[in-house]
Amino acid sequence: MTENKLGRIIPEKISHIGDLLPFDGAYAHTPLVKKEKGNRRLPKLNKLVDSIEKVIVETNLKNGMTISFHHHFRNGDKVLPMVMNVIAEMGIRDLTIAASSLTEAHQCLVDHIKTGVVKRLITSGIRGELAEEISNGLTDIPVVIHSHGGRARCIETGQIKIDVAFLGVPSSDVYGNANGYTGKSACGSLGYAMVDAAFAEKVVLITDNIVEYPNIPFSIHQDQVDFIVIVDSIGDPEGITTGATRITNNPKDLLLAQLVSEVVVNSGYFENGFSIQTGSGGASVATIRFLRKYMEDRNIKASWALGGISGPMVKLHEDGFIGKLLDVQSFDSEAIRSIGENRYHLEIDASYYANPLNKGCAVNKLNIVILSALEIDTNFNVNVITGSDGIIRGASGGHSDTAIGSGLSIIVAPLIRGRTATVTDSVKTIITPGSTIDVLVTERGIAVNPRREEIKEKLKQSGLPVYSIEELKLKAEKIVGKSEPIIFKDRIVGLVEYRDGTIIDVIKQVSN
Amino acid sequence: MKIIKTGIAGTLESSDVMITVRSNSGKGIKINLQSTVKKQFGKQIIKVTNNLLKELSVEDALIQINDIGALDCTIEARLAAALYRGAEQSEYDWEKI
Repeated sequence: MTENKLGRIIPEKISHIGDLLPFDGAYAHTPLVKKEKGNRRLPKLNKLVDSIEKVIVETNLKNGMTISFHHHFRNGDKVLPMVMNVIAEMGIRDLTIAASSLTEAHQCLVDHIKTGVVKRLITSGIRGELAEEISNGLTDIPVVIHSHGGRARCIETGQIKIDVAFLGVPSSDVYGNANGYTGKSACGSLGYAMVDAAFAEKVVLITDNIVEYPNIPFSIHQDQVDFIVIVDSIGDPEGITTGATRITNNPKDLLLAQLVSEVVVNSGYFENGFSIQTGSGGASVATIRFLRKYMEDRNIKASWALGGISGPMVKLHEDGFIGKLLDVQSFDSEAIRSIGENRYHLEIDASYYANPLNKGCAVNKLNIVILSALEIDTNFNVNVITGSDGIIRGASGGHSDTAIGSGLSIIVAPLIRGRTATVTDSVKTIITPGSTIDVLVTERGIAVNPRREEIKEKLKQSGLPVYSIEELKLKAEKIVGKSEPIIFKDRIVGLVEYRDGTIIDVIKQVSN
Repeated sequence: MKIIKTGIAGTLESSDVMITVRSNSGKGIKINLQSTVKKQFGKQIIKVTNNLLKELSVEDALIQINDIGALDCTIEARLAAALYRGAEQSEYDWEKI
């Protein structure tokens, strides 16, 4: 028996329950509660820290740790460069950066890698000079490329352990309730950041917009957040979105969109209550407009759409053609407005979206997905990461996640781009295995994976120009000529992780 | 065909090529190729260029090619136009081009 702080006698142990801890005062075991309860002269309880430098000290960031960022600010992100500059000045080294993706805004990493501040990158995509440098052997350790669903899996299972997440948020209150809908740097859904906030050891919010408590609705919530730093600006609105998505005028894109919509309509999947995801490319977005016509004519409505939500999708939702929107990333200003306003335009996190190992992700329920490709080979394997010159220039994104999850996966791509054939004997880098791709739509014909004979028959019967994928490859080759193979060195500069964590391909250093 | 002044044809649009020819009296052919698809199609572009130069009997010229992924037929057309302009010829030998 022991006496607790209030003088009550407490047994040390009870059989079937175990050891008992005697009460030790109201503040002893909960370090975060107000120590001077009721003192009105104390500043209001908050998690604000004065500067990025001070917060880095508070988080105990050390050499060799793993830090994370999200890419919801796309090409307008100021958070990663801001934080990395301070980290570099403080002399911290050998960090691993686990970003949901890396964009044009993250070219500063070239210098940070050269000077040893950053040792490893784990990301969905890389672009620009950084991607070129990596393809030329910038990092000693290969970059790991994962899908959006694969990243959520890595973080939830602890394969990636994030020591500190630095998350830019367009609005937050002083206690860490944050969302992406409001503020001058609004980006819409914070779907990728939500996973980091839930699983990182330390969570730092960086915002340029402090609002009244409680900031409702919140995507990242106070129980997840350690510190908040207020800065002048977290993003450049011009780079966060390109404004409203316009329907393309490009005749090739319009032809592709027309063909894709006809494939959808005649595939057997176009029925009341269907679900769909499209990309943000010109042809994908235009497809939505063509589909609307068919939905009107045949009185068919979609129950939900997933993604990557853009303005044209919002328009269909608001006009009653799509029941609900599940949004992991808002592509344009209309999507950002809608996610803040519309009850059934719902923010989802990357795990809910596509984590293959949770108890049920949204891609599994998807009927139709329309995806792009840099290259597709005669086995339907798709490359969305390396360009025709072998240099990294894209992102894995949700490609492989939605391809396998959906009932009908359609790749839309021009047969030739400039002088580059899209259909080849063997893609440079496999992101999505051909066994999960159903249909390829090009402006010069459609190919159906032999695995889906029934779809092929349906499309043929409806009069669509269906060829074998080998025929499409020859058509392309006839126009552009036979290209010389790109020469790679033996050194591996990138590993491509399939969504389940296995390695589906490697990216090698280009030879100049 | 003798190149006597600078002749330019083409644009820097995607799938086009801009070709500039200059005189190089008595010093032969010199080709400088820049291309977005040099690794994949560099040799083919040079081959197409040399073939047409031979066809039109051009023996001395400095040729600058800025290629943005043009097809062979485009390269031939742009090169022929640049050469005819550089040679100040407006009588076209349609059999050859």
